[in-house]
Amino acid sequence: MTAVPLQPPRRLVTFTLDGEETRVPEGSTILDACRSAGQDIPTLCQGDTLTPKNACRVCVVEVEGARTLAPACSRRAEPGMTVRTDTERARHSRKVVLELLASSTDLSTTPRAEEWIKEYEAEPGRFGADAARMNEQPKIDNDLYVRDYDKCILCYKCVDACGEQWQNTFAIAVSGRGFDARISTEHDAALPDSACVFCGNCIEVCPTGALSFSTEFGMRAAGTWDETAQTQTTTVCAYCGVGCNVTLHVQENEIVKVTSPHDNPVTHGNLCIKGRFGFQHVQNRD
Amino acid sequence: MDLRYTDATPTETEREAVDALLGPPSSGWDGGAERTGEDLRWARGGASAAKDRRDQLLPALHAVNDRVGWISEGALDYICRRLTVAPAEAYGVATFYSLFSVRPRPAKVLHVCTDLACAARGSQAVCADLTERLGSPGTPAEGAVWQESPCLGLCERAPAALLLQAGEDPVLQAGEDPAHTAPLSPPAPAAGTVRCSAALAPATAPALVTAVRAPLEAAEEPPAAAAVPQAGDPALVLLRRIGTVDPSSLDDYRSTGGYTALRRAFTLGPAGVIREVVDAGLVGRGGAAFPTGRKWQATAQQADGPHYLVCNADESEPGTFKDRVLMEGDPYALIEAMTIAGYAVGAGQGYIYLRGEYPRAYERLAHALRGARTRGLLGPDVLGQGYAFDIEIRRGAGAYICGEETAIFNSIEGQRGEPRSKPPFPVEKGLFGKPTAVNNVETLVNVLPILERGAVAYAATGTETSTGTKLFCVSGQVDRPGVYELPFGATLRELLDLAGPPERLRAVLLGGAAGGFVRPDELDVPLTFEGTRAAGTTLGSGVVLVLDDSVELPRILLRIAEFFRDESCGQCVPCRVGTVRQEEALHRIADRTGAAAAQDIALMREVGQAMRDASICGLGQTAWNAVESAIDRLGVYK
Ligand code: SF4
Ligand code: SF4
Ligand code: SF4
Ligand code: FES
Repeated sequence: MTAVPLQPPRRLVTFTLDGEETRVPEGSTILDACRSAGQDIPTLCQGDTLTPKNACRVCVVEVEGARTLAPACSRRAEPGMTVRTDTERARHSRKVVLELLASSTDLSTTPRAEEWIKEYEAEPGRFGADAARMNEQPKIDNDLYVRDYDKCILCYKCVDACGEQWQNTFAIAVSGRGFDARISTEHDAALPDSACVFCGNCIEVCPTGALSFSTEFGMRAAGTWDETAQTQTTTVCAYCGVGCNVTLHVQENEIVKVTSPHDNPVTHGNLCIKGRFGFQHVQNRD
Repeated sequence: MDLRYTDATPTETEREAVDALLGPPSSGWDGGAERTGEDLRWARGGASAAKDRRDQLLPALHAVNDRVGWISEGALDYICRRLTVAPAEAYGVATFYSLFSVRPRPAKVLHVCTDLACAARGSQAVCADLTERLGSPGTPAEGAVWQESPCLGLCERAPAALLLQAGEDPVLQAGEDPAHTAPLSPPAPAAGTVRCSAALAPATAPALVTAVRAPLEAAEEPPAAAAVPQAGDPALVLLRRIGTVDPSSLDDYRSTGGYTALRRAFTLGPAGVIREVVDAGLVGRGGAAFPTGRKWQATAQQADGPHYLVCNADESEPGTFKDRVLMEGDPYALIEAMTIAGYAVGAGQGYIYLRGEYPRAYERLAHALRGARTRGLLGPDVLGQGYAFDIEIRRGAGAYICGEETAIFNSIEGQRGEPRSKPPFPVEKGLFGKPTAVNNVETLVNVLPILERGAVAYAATGTETSTGTKLFCVSGQVDRPGVYELPFGATLRELLDLAGPPERLRAVLLGGAAGGFVRPDELDVPLTFEGTRAAGTTLGSGVVLVLDDSVELPRILLRIAEFFRDESCGQCVPCRVGTVRQEEALHRIADRTGAAAAQDIALMREVGQAMRDASICGLGQTAWNAVESAIDRLGVYK
């Protein structure tokens, strides 16, 4: 059973979405409206538990009268607005953005990237073999999780989750500028030397697999990671009395990672180090 | 917050530099060496007090960088303790700005401009020569390090260089006001310990090496008026004082009509001032051409408070230097204009966000602010009218993107200078989340003639939709480069005739790196917002870069692409990666034409379209303009 948090009633806004008159609660984004109308728009940096940063720009749509395209994930529906989600212009931008991303980062563990690249007929290869890339080596500096910034699209989600939106630890931030911008700790210190408390909330929100459990990272390297063979069981964390929900991902009778349901009103997908990483004792069979 | 600091400690000097700005730490909680008995009983400050001081982050980084030349782990850690800022965040801010370094480097850093105007006037040869004499860029030699730099705003004296030497504050050292003397003149203690800056232009490699060896003895910079070829012309409006009054003298300023506009403002009242500005038809000179009166009105109307006024003096558009000349040559004019603007929008505090590469403008403005405060022209009761207003200068630290209005807010607040997405617009949620009016220097200074002469008289100059006069920064291959002031509606040809055009004109870049090229057969385009738009180009910030046929255009285009690649904040994908892909494509076709270039040009067009449509801010949206116009209008790769 999922608890649905009650919200005060909101006024409705009427606007035109792809030619259809649409009514959404005030404050809804264009993306909310699309999703409740059953429409699919690709998104990468948008996260259901975070304030949209609208940095990736794959969700752009055309708003009538505007000079530029608008990010559906963060632009709010306004009364009388006319929005088109699937115009030539919007599709062109999405295609190019996917090409730019796929040519500079490793999207192999980004869910749906491959599907969208096909759908938009993106050709990341056309920038040539010498196109500049992130070119990062995985950072393995602790036993709990790995940062593989070659897969990072700089969506800022981990920074927001670690910072003021959830964890309030501020262990990581964006450093550098432009193409050299990277997610990093101060002076690029190793995680155990930083303020990181290993809550893993950054892993929970990372849309690309740039941040992953050491278990997952190791199994992928060994070729044994198999999501189809995994089961997920949501239960209550047994460590303390708060009652966080934890979802155990189990492959061949071993817990391989732990997530938390985002719609849970207690955690919103966040956990602490124990709930997130303290699962080894469960499978100690000696 | 899980603030975990490092074990690195600051040196005495670093600690001193920070304490000089923030005052000594009052307790162990904010970086004091020991916890006092009181500290052990209660914690002071807390999150809200800490948030209040976050905006001191950029000044604190400057303090260390100015004193030592770079920011060590210990220094960063100490700043974080003093301000309760997470070290990772402060590191992210410090690495955002190009004037800061988080790695050791010599106290003397020589920035050699390789941007458009300087490239057109031989910066490449200077760099080659300098490499022979001082080694390659980035390698320390003779206690200094040199590096290539984007536009330094000294284009009228191209090729240009700027030497910045870290050290103790010259004001404290010599006990005198350096408003007049940049570089600082002796008496001063042993060279190498006093902070100084020297703008060296036109630059030659031997002169640069001499300056590096003895920065305090570098040749004095010519006065601001040297950049105004029309100086003394009675037709000048905005430039009329430059060269005729002493920029350090408030009396001089007043004796030439200074502060009559403010008096008139007080008789009109805020709504009356706004009405005059609306009636005068003043539109923003920063490039967007938005009606200034409407912006003020929208800000003034907001119920939320306090309201802020921000002067955008981060003039980083390659080829632009007019704001520098105004601030250096007539600093009180800007201060008076800001006081009027602040009064109109209901702000009690104004900020001048000044680009970090303008040390002389900084000194002159700082001096003028002190003068205005002493004489009751700023402060709790301006001119005895019961209006409280003051101005603070915030120095940028080398980031073109901080000229974007919302990036300024982030920068002042101590965040990375990344633009915010709009809406909400600044008039609603700007600096510190409060209603804010942002205007650039030239726009603000226009308010003075509007109030002095009245809206009708002001609007009589120029055309119907572009009223008043406009400043143009003419650089490149002309006989008399500099800032020119012409009524709107004059043609490009008339402007070039004043400046002495080259014999074999190849092209004019109008509007700067985000603008467009104009062919020699298009010189009759009227210099108005509507006229340039109709001609498929833009006035932008008033850049007029003149190129003759000795210039290799593909090289200039490559420099434009490099510029945007370097200056992209990196926040959004179309710009962060798009600028890189465009630069790569331009490299590939450097010497190619016709069919050999066609494929890459098509590629750039596709990327350029997505950048224009999908980037968050104007930088990404316009990064492809100039190159596209060179391809389409000049046929560079045909
Ligand atoms: S694990 Fe938690 S504390 Fe550590 S970086 Fe991620 S979000 Fe921040
Ligand atoms: S590591 Fe993941 S969450 Fe963080 S910015 Fe990169 S892609 Fe986004
Ligand atoms: S367009 Fe460029 S400069 Fe502007 S927000 Fe995006 S990345 Fe930053
Ligand atoms: S999902 Fe909207 S910009 Fe990334």
